[in-house]
Amino acid sequence: MLLEVRDLHVEFHTRDGVAKAVNGVDYSVDAGETLAVLGESGSGKSVTAQAVMGILDVPPGKITRGEILFQGQDLLKLKEDERRKVRGARMAMVFQDALSSLNPVLSVGDQLGEMFQVHRGMSRKDSRAKAVELMDRVRIPAAKERVGQYPHQFSGGMRQRIMIAMALALEPELIIADEPTTALDVTVQAQVMDLLAELRRELNMGLILITHDLGVVADVADKIAVMYAGRIVEQAPVHEIYKAPAHPYTKGLLESIPRLDQKGQDLYAIKGLPPNLLHIPPGCAFNPRCPMAQDVCRTDEPPLYEVTESPVPRASACHFWKECLHG
Amino acid sequence: MAETAGTTRAAGTGEAILEVRDLHKHYPLTRGILFKKQVGAVKAVDGVDFDLVAGETLGIVGESGCGKSTVAKMLVNLERPTSGTIRYKGEDITKLSPRALKAVRRNIQMVFQDPYTSLNPRMTVGDIIGEPYEIHPEVAPKGDRRRKVQDLLDVVGLNPEYINRYPHQFSGGQRQRIGIARGLALQPEVIVADEPVSALDVSVQAQVVNLLEQLQSEFSLSYVFIAHDLSIVRHISDRVGVMYLGRIVEIGTDAQIYDHPTHPYTQALLSAVPVPDPEARAHRERIILTGDVPSPANIPSGCRFRTRCWKARERCAQEVPLLAVPAVFRLTDSPARHDSACHFAEEKHVVAEEHRAVLEKRGEDGAGTPPEDGAPHLEEKPGTPPPGGSHFLRPEDDTPGTNPPPPGTP
Amino acid sequence: MPEMPEHHDEGSAIASTGAGGATDLAMSEAETLEKVPGGPDGTGPDKKARSLWSDAWHDLRRNPVFIISGLIILFLVVIAIWPQLIASGNPLDCDLSKAQEGSQPGHPFGFNGQGCDVYTRTVYGARASIQVGVLATLGVTLLGSVLGGLAGFYGGAWDGFLSRITDIFFAIPVVLGGLVLLSVVSNNSVWPVIGFMVLLGWPQISRIARGSVITAKQNDYVQAARALGASNSRMLLRHITPNAVAPVIVVATIALGTYISLEATLSFLGVGLKPPTVSWGIDISSASQYIRNAPHMLLWPAGALAVTVLAFIMLGDAVRDALDPKLR
Repeated sequence: MLLEVRDLHVEFHTRDGVAKAVNGVDYSVDAGETLAVLGESGSGKSVTAQAVMGILDVPPGKITRGEILFQGQDLLKLKEDERRKVRGARMAMVFQDALSSLNPVLSVGDQLGEMFQVHRGMSRKDSRAKAVELMDRVRIPAAKERVGQYPHQFSGGMRQRIMIAMALALEPELIIADEPTTALDVTVQAQVMDLLAELRRELNMGLILITHDLGVVADVADKIAVMYAGRIVEQAPVHEIYKAPAHPYTKGLLESIPRLDQKGQDLYAIKGLPPNLLHIPPGCAFNPRCPMAQDVCRTDEPPLYEVTESPVPRASACHFWKECLHG
Repeated sequence: MAETAGTTRAAGTGEAILEVRDLHKHYPLTRGILFKKQVGAVKAVDGVDFDLVAGETLGIVGESGCGKSTVAKMLVNLERPTSGTIRYKGEDITKLSPRALKAVRRNIQMVFQDPYTSLNPRMTVGDIIGEPYEIHPEVAPKGDRRRKVQDLLDVVGLNPEYINRYPHQFSGGQRQRIGIARGLALQPEVIVADEPVSALDVSVQAQVVNLLEQLQSEFSLSYVFIAHDLSIVRHISDRVGVMYLGRIVEIGTDAQIYDHPTHPYTQALLSAVPVPDPEARAHRERIILTGDVPSPANIPSGCRFRTRCWKARERCAQEVPLLAVPAVFRLTDSPARHDSACHFAEEKHVVAEEHRAVLEKRGEDGAGTPPEDGAPHLEEKPGTPPPGGSHFLRPEDDTPGTNPPPPGTP
Repeated sequence: MPEMPEHHDEGSAIASTGAGGATDLAMSEAETLEKVPGGPDGTGPDKKARSLWSDAWHDLRRNPVFIISGLIILFLVVIAIWPQLIASGNPLDCDLSKAQEGSQPGHPFGFNGQGCDVYTRTVYGARASIQVGVLATLGVTLLGSVLGGLAGFYGGAWDGFLSRITDIFFAIPVVLGGLVLLSVVSNNSVWPVIGFMVLLGWPQISRIARGSVITAKQNDYVQAARALGASNSRMLLRHITPNAVAPVIVVATIALGTYISLEATLSFLGVGLKPPTVSWGIDISSASQYIRNAPHMLLWPAGALAVTVLAFIMLGDAVRDALDPKLR
């Protein structure tokens, strides 16, 4: 297994109390595999990724429990300088907002080349050539001419490609992409997602795709982890989950996508609001919004049940996953 | 062009409440500090025509920078058009005196995209929703206002007790409801909603869309609904206009646009939307456009889409295609008979079939509501070229402007 | 009004919006649709409509920082008007033979270089210093925020013109300007000094006011008000000013201290207040030469100045916070 996150807990100490952002997350990615982490704002999907990358703001954030095994080695036990060697070289991250992730006063060639100068000790000239090569690889037209240009001279889609090129520079084994296409238009989104999928295949990397878009997930993911209130509520191969969700939250999300036959009718809407992380409801965090909630859901926190009826491994954190699967 | 625009109206509805003709908004580009010299113009909106029929919802879709938000701002008079007319019940509101304009503003209201910046953080909810009455005191007598505000809170599904709260105490979805209540206060006839749900969490979007639909039937509102989320626009709209680089390139009923698009841009846009069904990815063929949208300061000659279009020929560079029913379809009875600004308009089933299959399947598995039997708008009408074995677009591999379809990864 | 549909219950719970967590008012059950009397935070269902200013006042009255700073300022103002209330002596009644002497019975703060009673002078000095500080700050803030605010709001040629004027004023060195301008006035009162400070001080506030008005102006709620047909004055007063005022308050309260010490500098150079006027500034600058032998001469007027400045900064902070509903 390339990456294994085990029982990860992250808290944030805020003025108003302790926000439990991540409450026991387990997931894993293999080389060449795409894991989609799906969730709304505040579900803990980005915080988990930041913890994996080691870029969590500490304080206010704090990893209180858990292991992050990267090729069998617990990253949380590494010293900061050892950790830094992993970051960038062996795992890399692509962010949502490419414009603010690039330094506006350095040319893209300098920023790409810097990776090689710092990690590989290359000369300026060699690193420049490498930068052009990378830009070619992410299919930026006229890379040779554009290598000296500044970030603002590129369009949003091209900037995201540069970010991807940067993440790829040292050929990492794992890429974490946090909402990489949310800020882009659909036609450009399609281009960027295709590029990511192709590079993953080509380089046999693991890819963790963090998103809230059910469409994007269906297009590229191999397996999905659905997060709610800092926990994984359902985990399954992508084909299974869309066919028959085993958690009412997943089911609600899928049903709230507008369908043709619903024209002129109300859309299905999950009632209520995502929970406040300072006061996560007791029992199942989803219970106040759940149409299937029973008394037990208000008192007992459901473990991640193995969905035994499935031929492939999948899991659901719902006491009534069976009813959900068939209902 | 003005005469043909908006000929495809929602069936059985009455008069156009808004008529937009040849609308332009150009922002001058200047150089120099002391002596400003105009060196060009950003053509944000460059000749837009449409009608809004009373009681209907007109969806406007397009990518960022296509000018859809600028159109919205001109409709509610936040921007003055460079040229063109916007008629509200026959009266051109772009040339009104400030006084007359104030009266018209009552009838055309706006719902903003970002619920975090569209409410004044230092005003209570009561003051925010009550402000329209202070500006237009004739609508509600002073003693009545508080009750009216509470009624509005109730209408949009918020507790009327929250009248003394501040916006930051609410979540995004609730704030958007407050924004909608403010828009409703003056009992407008037209509401222009600029991306009203795109800043909201997925699970909350549906709640707000439902609210907008309920309010429409309750208060007989007409909506101009601007968004980039094509599936939500389809759900809520009677008619849809597709914008590209400052112009509407195709407009028609939702079924005409989504199931029978004839403009290549619409086809590419629809095919790029990810379908929430992993089974579809193996046999789904997408048109992936190359390149980026040209700058609105430097619009290509002829057809503005030609730089990214796989069909572009000589004629496209020279002749601006008009927004009208293409000649090929003019005499037919098919759903492809709607306005499309392309010299080589033709029908290509991009999403219709497999999308429908997916949706119907989910309809059975999921909500338990059976799909409409053989959705009528998808039926082939006599006169349309019969679709072959494949309904999907297969871009020839050597056609410039398209990538070969990605190999399927089941 | 029509019945509310079932799924509108999102409205019954107010929740903060993320981990960064503002005030949490979330009710335990998101689906309780009942219209509970009174909010979960304990505020009853008051029938009175509240506004920003009444809420702010309500808040301030309970804020210890505001109460303490307010009492200090009140005390300072009272002794500035009636110094004889707490000081029986005459600040100009000096005895050179006692110069630089320390604390002794009846003269708790000792004597200054001229043999005047430091306690009496510190008490009497409050009047001129507070007059200069408060009035200069008020003048600067009013002039600066009106000019800067209008420039920010209307933009265009007026903004360009005003920005250039601001630049010119910024270029004038304060002390040099004071030497030139104030030496031609012979009037021996605080007014020329205050006038000079306002004249040179407003560009600082104007620049800040302009910036924060431009920031506030770009918010959608200003557009929303405009779409409703709101007049310019309504947009400025209701929407922009309350959202742009915080940085101005902060800078103004800090500037108050600077003006009191600027008065001292000018007096030291002989162009500010002239004896027989008593001020902290004059005493501080004359005592600074004796700091090694007789630090008490400097300590008391400087301490009074520090307490005054601190009180105003605390007051400004409290007012700024009260005007921000997010901090409640």
